[in-house]
Amino acid sequence: MSTASPAPLKAEARGLNFHYGAFHALKDINLPVHDRRITALIGPSGCGKSTFLRCFNRMHDLYPGNRYDGEIVLHPDGINILAPRVDPIEVRMRISMVFQKPNPFPKSIFENVAYGLKVRGISNREIIRSKVEEALTNAALWNEVKDRLQEPAFNLSGGQQQRLCIARALAIDPELMLFDEPTSALDPIATASIEELMVELKERFPILIVTHNMQQAARVSDYTAFLYLGEVIEYNETRKMFTNPDRQQTEDYITGRFG
Amino acid sequence: MQQSVEQIRCLIRRHKFWDQAFAVLGMLCLMVGIVTLLALFSKLAIDGAPRLTPTFFTSFPSRLAEDAGILSAWVGSFLVMLVTACAAVPLGVAAAVYLEEYAPKNWMTAIIEINVTNLAGVPSIVYGLLALGLFVYQFGFGQSILSAGLTLGLLILPIVIVATRESLRAVPGSIREAAYALGATRWQMVSGHVLPYSTAGIMTGVIIGLSRAIGETAPIITIGALTFIAFLPPSPITTEFPFLSIQWLKAPFTVMPIQMFNWTSRPEEAFQLNAAAAGVVLLGMTLLMNGLAIYIRYRIRRKISW
Repeated sequence: MSTASPAPLKAEARGLNFHYGAFHALKDINLPVHDRRITALIGPSGCGKSTFLRCFNRMHDLYPGNRYDGEIVLHPDGINILAPRVDPIEVRMRISMVFQKPNPFPKSIFENVAYGLKVRGISNREIIRSKVEEALTNAALWNEVKDRLQEPAFNLSGGQQQRLCIARALAIDPELMLFDEPTSALDPIATASIEELMVELKERFPILIVTHNMQQAARVSDYTAFLYLGEVIEYNETRKMFTNPDRQQTEDYITGRFG
Repeated sequence: MQQSVEQIRCLIRRHKFWDQAFAVLGMLCLMVGIVTLLALFSKLAIDGAPRLTPTFFTSFPSRLAEDAGILSAWVGSFLVMLVTACAAVPLGVAAAVYLEEYAPKNWMTAIIEINVTNLAGVPSIVYGLLALGLFVYQFGFGQSILSAGLTLGLLILPIVIVATRESLRAVPGSIREAAYALGATRWQMVSGHVLPYSTAGIMTGVIIGLSRAIGETAPIITIGALTFIAFLPPSPITTEFPFLSIQWLKAPFTVMPIQMFNWTSRPEEAFQLNAAAAGVVLLGMTLLMNGLAIYIRYRIRRKISW
């Protein structure tokens, strides 16, 4: 694990509150996201970690009755991506996301990866083709699919589908990537390959990952935040968090005494 | 209270009697429906079979039963269905997409939804009356293929809307989120993903709607289809510039069920045979359309399984 050297900030939540209707799901969250580092969000089910993650690409805007307060500032331009005047589509074009269950489109492998480029208005076939190859290569999938790019994505195995979804998210050159429990539907071997991939990807941009798996957080992340009942209980360097946490509650959770 | 083995066996026999009794009763009920239909269809087929010759399809109706055919009727049915589909598919699909993907979920849309579902149950004659006033006289379309097609289009609109909404709803939320997460707008999400993935369901709904429309008689009579017509509408393709003509839309017409109705009301026995033959053709058309719907659903379902 290469950490410790303080990295510049890529994003930062400041006094973030989130409401699902009357339910106060996130309470005054303050959290930095360091550039080219993996930040893991851990905590028991329902603690708000996925809710927090989905604030970063304004996914909550899709459903009625949700309300944000506070800021998530994206550096270097310093805009608050939660501001009502900021278009959520612009945010999603800059920050991409990989979901819990692989959710490829029922289209060909090639079309899946190319979709984000088409949304961006890129129509040059040559550019699309090379971008697709690059994204699939970076997602460690190219060698497995290069001879069958026109096959339906549903023909791939679960782990391959998830890597395809990563390639799809990579193709749009994100500034920050969000992973929402990306390996919870996968077997251990596929999980290992995704984890390996994330560690490679952080050389290029920061990653924010929600995980239920404590070992996964310890293996891949540089920083960890422990959330409980919508609050950040502790945020620390992962190494510190898993060896000598500041808070008793964190230690109890990590060692499996509750949660 | 301990029952003896003998008592238990006796009990089981009694219970099983009723089990068997229902099986027989249910079978009889099923037979009433099936056998009646089969008998009707066989009678129709046996009566009509001798008249089902190629000339039957290529002849106009005639005073002489042996010379009479269904050319104007099937061409009329085909053209009316074409107009019906052109009217109902875009309207129905767009309305369903709006209701399902765009409209805010409030009491207004709830009322609209209930109404759309109820529209499917409105008697077809009511559509006929509406169309007579609106299309035939108000809009001046006359007693034409256009009026008939639009009327039947209205009639099957609720079917198309309901079928479209159901297949839109079958697309999982995770697919919508995947598209949104890549920066798609709502329209890009709908046009690039949800709609294409729902094609099977929409097509099925459209075909089932059309197969209902093709057998409709009442609204078509109401707007004044002719019962005896010995010419075809003008051809849509002409020899003069611009080579396409929409004159056929304004042409008078007849359709299969009206042709049948006309023949059955004639006293001569020979015309009854013609009606039977036309009935077989109409049934065949409906079966073919339903079969096509099932086939499409099967084909696309195999490609897309969530």
